[in-house]
Amino acid sequence: MKKTGAEIVVDALVREKVDVVFGYPGGVVLPLFDTLYDVDQFTIVLTRHEQAAAHAADGYARATGKVGVCIATSGPGATNLITGIATAYMDSVPMVAITGQVGTPFLGTDAFQEADVVGITRPITKHNFLVKSTQELPLVLKQAFHIASTGRPGPVVVDVPRDVLTGTVENYEYPSTVDIRSYKPNVVGHIRQIRRTAEVIAASKKPVIFAGGGIIISGASAELKELAEKMNIPVTTTLMGLGGFPGDHPLFIGMPGMHGAKTANYALQETDCLISIGARFDDRVTGHVGSFAPKATIIHMDIDPAAISKIIKVDIPVVGDAKNVLAQLNKELKPRPANGWNAQVDEWKGARLFDYEPSDTVIKPQAVIEEVYRATGGNAVVATDVGQHQMWTAHYYVFTRPRSLLTSGGLGTMGYGLPAAMGAAMVIRDRPVVVFSGDGSIQMNIQELATIAINRIPVKVVILNNGYLGMVRQWQQLFFNRRYSSSCLRGGTMCEECRGPAECGRAYIPDFVALAKSYSIDAFRAAHPSEVADVIRAGLAVDGPAIMELRVVPEENVFPMVPAGKAIDDILEG
Amino acid sequence: MSTHTISVFVENRHGALSRIAGLFSSRGYNIESLTVAPTEDASVSRMTIVVAGDESVLEQVNKQLNKLIDVIKVADYIDTPLVERELLLVRLDAAKGMRHEIIGIAQAYGGAIASMTASSIIIELTAPSKTIDDFIAVVKSYGVKDLVRSGKVAMAEPQR
Repeated sequence: MKKTGAEIVVDALVREKVDVVFGYPGGVVLPLFDTLYDVDQFTIVLTRHEQAAAHAADGYARATGKVGVCIATSGPGATNLITGIATAYMDSVPMVAITGQVGTPFLGTDAFQEADVVGITRPITKHNFLVKSTQELPLVLKQAFHIASTGRPGPVVVDVPRDVLTGTVENYEYPSTVDIRSYKPNVVGHIRQIRRTAEVIAASKKPVIFAGGGIIISGASAELKELAEKMNIPVTTTLMGLGGFPGDHPLFIGMPGMHGAKTANYALQETDCLISIGARFDDRVTGHVGSFAPKATIIHMDIDPAAISKIIKVDIPVVGDAKNVLAQLNKELKPRPANGWNAQVDEWKGARLFDYEPSDTVIKPQAVIEEVYRATGGNAVVATDVGQHQMWTAHYYVFTRPRSLLTSGGLGTMGYGLPAAMGAAMVIRDRPVVVFSGDGSIQMNIQELATIAINRIPVKVVILNNGYLGMVRQWQQLFFNRRYSSSCLRGGTMCEECRGPAECGRAYIPDFVALAKSYSIDAFRAAHPSEVADVIRAGLAVDGPAIMELRVVPEENVFPMVPAGKAIDDILEG
Repeated sequence: MSTHTISVFVENRHGALSRIAGLFSSRGYNIESLTVAPTEDASVSRMTIVVAGDESVLEQVNKQLNKLIDVIKVADYIDTPLVERELLLVRLDAAKGMRHEIIGIAQAYGGAIASMTASSIIIELTAPSKTIDDFIAVVKSYGVKDLVRSGKVAMAEPQR
């Protein structure tokens, strides 16, 4: 069948079973958007900024496990995707980003809206393609979806010049299979390594499971639970792994690291057998690498061989898909009864993994998260931005199932939450989709309020407004002598010394409730603890998007905290 | 710092070289030399890369290279005897009285005359890199006008 390049792109999206595409039109992608005009097999969402299109595709991908797709034009359209692509890359999110490019005769001529997108995105993609002819477009698209979604997933950019979109192929056929000789991810773990792992676990006295986002990507939650329960091994999960193991399980010991649970950090420092599955030993987890898990034999199961022994010297590497490897490992193991180690871990854990001083005079941000947890029955898909609220979400919203937390763990991208939630909420309609954000982060992609309003995307935005860039302010308080340089959203750098918002004469800008109204979004505000529950309930009850602004106590800090570069049992508490 | 020689087999495609170069630069690894040309299979290019760094750097380089979609195979030649060669072209001042002397030295090293004029001479020499270093040290005094080295190419010795 004869097809144009633009028609081939659309047909590929249909055949890859894409149900929503986030995009923004512009000069060279006009032929593609013209073809998209007639599509009824999937939805096209016009965002208000290309960055949000990338984050929305990412949020959709994390919530569903499918490949997220975004489309932007050449030059600035493509460069606006960059933060979103890098965010997806750091957290191994499957994404295909299609960018327009100037026509092939103009490549390299500094043409209008030309940017070397393949060059710019090379270090932040799993792979990228510049498509030189319409003829090669079908295979490139097939390969792009294959590479994005297999092995350790990641974003793939397909850069399509205008004349490739308008060019035609006479006998078009979308490839049904794909075989790339240089790309064969190893998904089945080596049985000898798995047997060695089983032996080490069986011989250990104080084992700990350290599970990361790989559990969720691989869909290995059931196998992980079986391993933990069969062997009575305490489980800590990274930020990316939250929900991969039930947060309310007796064996769960919280997230480790800089803002990790003390239980998790102590257990990592004491364990004689660290069983790492799909985690990459990020510096926010390990703290000072030389002091990390000093007594442990380290087992590292990961689908990415390059993740193994990159940061921490590993004793037993197992390369493979977590679900396969754990299923095999579980067969090799005989049950281990709980022992004194479990008792020790339970003693560290006490009644609660995290705690804070409650208040009935000021709104505590932690209390807001807990209230939303109660009001949603723990059933929400939660997106966050980055900073204090992100850590409080990780501490106080208990995630009991996978694909429930959408958060930028690796890149730490402020402005991620709202568009990511929007992407998830396009398809997830049987669970509430909630964004926890700060008053700093939310303003980084606030233009997307228009997108959720116009498309009636039921995203519930909870803004913890403390008037500061809270995490920056916290570091300045702890390590920079309380010099709040450029971290106050009332004054910027204007104040010699911060007396706090109560003494400060400056008004807070913007008025989030009034702003929401201008977008025709229902909005609610609480300034006193007695109003919190009602505001949350009212916001969640809205049929469609809603904004809940909570004026929280300004100078609350996230604890526990391990200062950067310290060992993870060197813990500051409030 | 020690150096290692590795061979990388990659898809012979636009962009493959920049992916590999980018991998080294973004991770702060130093390339001492890099050569690339198609193999007997025109769809595959073979690179010989000499990288500076310890064993852990080499391990990461190997893994990261393998992670690139365009990379088909990496040979790191750890504990493997290698045949290594490099090509040198060097143009020297060679006024009448000097020519015989220069040619004599070149021949002693197994080099040859690539080009000659009344006042200068270009010597070509294919040899292990160390030999080329030595040769350059010896002929330096004749006045090096121009010099180019190809960078090392290498392959494993046949198994005995």
